[in-house]
Amino acid sequence: MNYFISFLLAIVTGMLIDNVVLSRFYGICPFLGVSKRVQSSVGMGIAVTFVIVLATCVCWPLYTYILVPAGIPFMDTVAYILVIASLVQFVALIIKKYSPTLYRNLGIYLPLITTNCAVLGVVQGNTDQAMEFLPSLANAIGTSLGFLLVIFIFACVRNRLDAMNVPKALKGTPIALITAALMSLAFMGLMGIVG
Amino acid sequence: MEKVSKKDNFLKGIWKENPLFVTVLGTCPALATTKTIEAAIGMGVLFIIVLICSNVLVSLLRKLIPEEIRTPAYIVIIASFVTVVKMFTNAFLPELYSTLGVFISLIVVNCIVLGRAESYASNHGVFDSFLDALGMGIGYMIALLSISLIREVIGTGAITFGKIFTFLPALSLPILKGSGFDYSISIFATPVGAFIVFGLILATIAFIENRRKEKAEFKTRMLKNSSQAQMEDKK
Repeated sequence: MNYFISFLLAIVTGMLIDNVVLSRFYGICPFLGVSKRVQSSVGMGIAVTFVIVLATCVCWPLYTYILVPAGIPFMDTVAYILVIASLVQFVALIIKKYSPTLYRNLGIYLPLITTNCAVLGVVQGNTDQAMEFLPSLANAIGTSLGFLLVIFIFACVRNRLDAMNVPKALKGTPIALITAALMSLAFMGLMGIVG
Repeated sequence: MEKVSKKDNFLKGIWKENPLFVTVLGTCPALATTKTIEAAIGMGVLFIIVLICSNVLVSLLRKLIPEEIRTPAYIVIIASFVTVVKMFTNAFLPELYSTLGVFISLIVVNCIVLGRAESYASNHGVFDSFLDALGMGIGYMIALLSISLIREVIGTGAITFGKIFTFLPALSLPILKGSGFDYSISIFATPVGAFIVFGLILATIAFIENRRKEKAEFKTRMLKNSSQAQMEDKK
């Protein structure tokens, strides 16, 4: 039971308090690039969630049971990026098979998950801090749910922003960044939840 | 292909195609490592080293790497250089290593490095690729420096040296604070400040560009009007 509670707490921390995008700055590129349409942003979020959780499940054993015993823990970054790149290919194949519409909507953004800092950042951060498997998994789930939540909220906000009369110089990315700043401010207020 | 002079090739990364401010790539480290100027300098230097090495090697190997496995091959090249840089930083500048943390590894997935390898080094000569990487790297570093300067000065009210680069003497230059007053706004040192500063810098650049475009349009319209007036005079 105690395990279960700390697992849940770690998920909530990763999702709300130490949010990937708004306080750890992972995955800003898809955050600014994809989140113009609500539907594709949710699709992107789910795909990223899947890749992050799967990558953690593969990379943690890879590091602990292969790289460390073999005496080459410094090869971690190279190994992780290869694992992530192949997982992304795999996810792309699955989405193409089961949801061709989503595949068409996500289009060029799917291969870009490889270069999404969130994936490598979470995997690398887990092993850098020498976390156990379960906390790593909790961190992965919390982080990716946080990404999903924020990219969804942001897409909704941007939908409204399109109809607004924004000063000419602020149109596009600048106003998106300032919106993100306000969201980050709001998320800072959640800091007291888990103490 | 149009011929670009060596100088333009080098300079384009600094202003016209600045990777951070114009193409808005590589935003994650730009927000995360710009809390202090020293961290930004460290990140910029590591980034330039990785970018130059990978661009030169990709350019050297551009005829050997088959088209189909281009991207994975480039990623492995970049990841190897990042690993080398990471080990050197860990050995010689442990403070920098712990400050930047996972963001050194994240240079691997920085879109700028892969982007330059794909779009430039894969079809240009070695020296051209070197110049391109140097220009882009310096442009990126200037961008990081300008964000971190604003954030550190407004966020802490002073510029501090010697915290991360321990070989420098410890030095703190108070700018917005002194005896009896402190005008610093600490929110600029938090993630919120990073987003705001970056957004406002992009807006300023867009403002300047819009101004320039309007002026150019105005000029062409005036020329057209005056030439039309001359035509009518002749009639």
